[in-house]
Amino acid sequence: MSGDTILEIAGLKVALPKGADRPLALDGLSLTVKSGEVVCLVGESGSGKSLTAGAVMRLLPEPHVHVSGGSIRFGGVDILAQTETQMKAIRGKEISMIFQEPMTALNPQKTVGWQIDEMLRLHMKAGRKERRAHAIEMLNRTHIPDPEGAYNAYPHQISGGQRQRVMIAMALSLSPRLIIADEPTTALDVTTQLQILKLIRDLQDEEGAGVLFITHDFGVVAEIADHVVVLRQGEMVESGPAAQVLNAPQHAYTKALIASVPDLKPPLPKVDTDAPVVLTGTHLMKTFKARGGFMAGKRKAVVAVKDLSFELRRGETLGVVGESGSGKTTVSRIVTRLLEADSGSVQVGDTDLLACSPSQLRKMRKHIQMVFQDPMASLNPRKRVVDLIAQGPIVHGEAPEKARARARDLLELVELSPAAANRFPHEFSGGQRQRIGIARALALEPSVIVADEPVSALDVSVQAQVLKLLAELRERMSLSLLFVTHDLRVAAQLCDRIIVMQKGEIVESGLTYEVFANPQHEYTRTLMTSIPGRDWTPPKETPL
Amino acid sequence: MSLTDTTLAPAEPSRAIVFWRRYRRNRAALFGLVIFTVVVLMALTAGIVAPGDPLSRAGAPLTKPFVDMATPLGTDQLGRDILAGIFYGARISLLVGVVATLVAIVIGVVIGALSGYFGGWVDDVLMRITEAFQTIPNFVLLLTLVAILGSKIEWITVAIGVVSWTAPARMVRAEFMSLRNREFVDAARNLGVSNTALIFKEILPNALPPIIVYASVVMALSILLESALAFLGLGDPNYASWGNMIGQGRAVLREDWYCAAIPGVAIVLTVLSFSLVGEGMNDALNPRQKQ
Repeated sequence: MSGDTILEIAGLKVALPKGADRPLALDGLSLTVKSGEVVCLVGESGSGKSLTAGAVMRLLPEPHVHVSGGSIRFGGVDILAQTETQMKAIRGKEISMIFQEPMTALNPQKTVGWQIDEMLRLHMKAGRKERRAHAIEMLNRTHIPDPEGAYNAYPHQISGGQRQRVMIAMALSLSPRLIIADEPTTALDVTTQLQILKLIRDLQDEEGAGVLFITHDFGVVAEIADHVVVLRQGEMVESGPAAQVLNAPQHAYTKALIASVPDLKPPLPKVDTDAPVVLTGTHLMKTFKARGGFMAGKRKAVVAVKDLSFELRRGETLGVVGESGSGKTTVSRIVTRLLEADSGSVQVGDTDLLACSPSQLRKMRKHIQMVFQDPMASLNPRKRVVDLIAQGPIVHGEAPEKARARARDLLELVELSPAAANRFPHEFSGGQRQRIGIARALALEPSVIVADEPVSALDVSVQAQVLKLLAELRERMSLSLLFVTHDLRVAAQLCDRIIVMQKGEIVESGLTYEVFANPQHEYTRTLMTSIPGRDWTPPKETPL
Repeated sequence: MSLTDTTLAPAEPSRAIVFWRRYRRNRAALFGLVIFTVVVLMALTAGIVAPGDPLSRAGAPLTKPFVDMATPLGTDQLGRDILAGIFYGARISLLVGVVATLVAIVIGVVIGALSGYFGGWVDDVLMRITEAFQTIPNFVLLLTLVAILGSKIEWITVAIGVVSWTAPARMVRAEFMSLRNREFVDAARNLGVSNTALIFKEILPNALPPIIVYASVVMALSILLESALAFLGLGDPNYASWGNMIGQGRAVLREDWYCAAIPGVAIVLTVLSFSLVGEGMNDALNPRQKQ
């Protein structure tokens, strides 16, 4: 299916300013994109994959970051030798780009139609009516519901998936020969992600353009790629046809990365139905009332959690999965009473947490601890690690010296060196910070740990290590986990039972193994079929 | 393999060193720091450089500067040494600047923190009070307070603090409103930390940098307010103050302009130094300015 070569990058080197963590952001990247082909550039954060896009578009923040060697040829033209004026004619018309976050890539002040038209005005010699017809046709091709309406809408008036469709319509409206897609589906829910991936694939087939697809997600790679290039710290470690790289990776790094992708087959359950129940939620309700101020008018209330009940036994991991807006985060905050529920009860042991007075609640908190999503935001940047971990026990009356000594032991438990104790959170990487967050939750020896998307902000290899740590700790200390996640792969790996939520309600619950093997509810089935790369089983040769 | 994420990055230099490195990059701020140090030295050495009462007669009235070596900067119409006045005036200016700023910042932090942290009716009540203070022009309120309390230097200082807390309060409130929803606050609350500890131990240290920077502005304004009061003859007559000196020098401005100009320059330089230092601290404390 491959046609003529569109983009040819050879030995590309991009230099970083002095004092950066490495001298070259990209060191000797070579790849070619042919028409009708999707080339996936895969790498973890900091691997230099987005800088590649910047270099091809000549949008690097020069002179700090600049191309210091190699060549980029686009259809026979040397990109690096073009003047800024010549580049302006190429950008948008010949090479177009789809960004990760469609909300920030679109101007909130202008209608969608105006923004598409702006590009057509610059590159297309046509009258106003013709341009409008073309824009609406492009929107129509992206299967946006009501293209006319979307044309006149402002970006905030349409959903995230629709915004990404608008970006795609915009990128394709001038029939470019090369499309660069920089993590275009990372900010989207799985069901939307699948639709967008399909859309990119279909439109590309029709247009015959080449696609340089940048992603960190091997599931997405399995879904869309023809050819895969793997980057690590700016170095190209592997390049080859998708089937070969995915199923028989050569380089050790690629092998390790692929082995880190959680398997979709849940392990056989080992649920102990005799274990005592440690946490029960009954008939939980939460509605967010939009507070209309004086003269502000009334806004609609949003039901976040509707009549939710669940049980968590000791030593068990209960997964709460759902897409954004399903109310799963609200559940985690109600259960820890960081958010007040409208009604219902949360039994921790024999006590109803929701009925506690403020002082009782402070005492009860040591029984239910939380690991947060964003490891940067959840650690106070002005406290040393040892104080962060020891804080809980000290608040609950332990002697500061003893608490700090235990904090150091806990650091060891989460596999961090004791030297970490006297540092501040910003000196750690994301995965290390999440380990600190776990140590803090363990410090109070709680009976329940609520984990709200604890690995979503992490790279896949780090994610695998943190998940492994959680699983080990769970075995060793017989922890009970309430695990909130949007990632079904992660849920499959860690959870004994899962609850699937949609719009604040439980649509299905049961043993993870059974739900994955035989989903009962329509929505669960949609979710399952939307997992990117569901037909691909990552080879498990060298697990970390 | 570099994949394992438990290896620690090398330790970073301490905060103070990083702060100084960033501060040093701003030349103007270094200049401000030098002037500030000079003013502090003047205040400290006033008793050595010009022993005795600065308000007593030191030479012939209206001696020009650099004429008599006993009074190098000349004398005013009552024969008082201007150099001594400048040195002792530095004490008053610094005292007023520091104490009034402390008063203003403490009131501002408490009110801003409570209103930003709790929100709701607490916020409504406290902000209406703040607005009530803000609707009255600072200086008019200060004049009223001094008229009631009398013009002893202690009361003047407190009064200046009382009229300048509204801006810091609003700033602290805004900081608290954005910080109280951060995950680390939830994390601490989830450990069972009380509200008081959340406000003062978790949130306040993170809200401090902009407050410290703003304190330098309040300090400069306090010195100006005190000088303005003294210029109007409402300052404490028992102390040499730059504002007093300008006020009295005004009478002989056409013939002996230096009586008013020298303390004027002192005020300008001192206020400038505070602004420059504040700007330098802003640059150094601003986390976005990395490298």
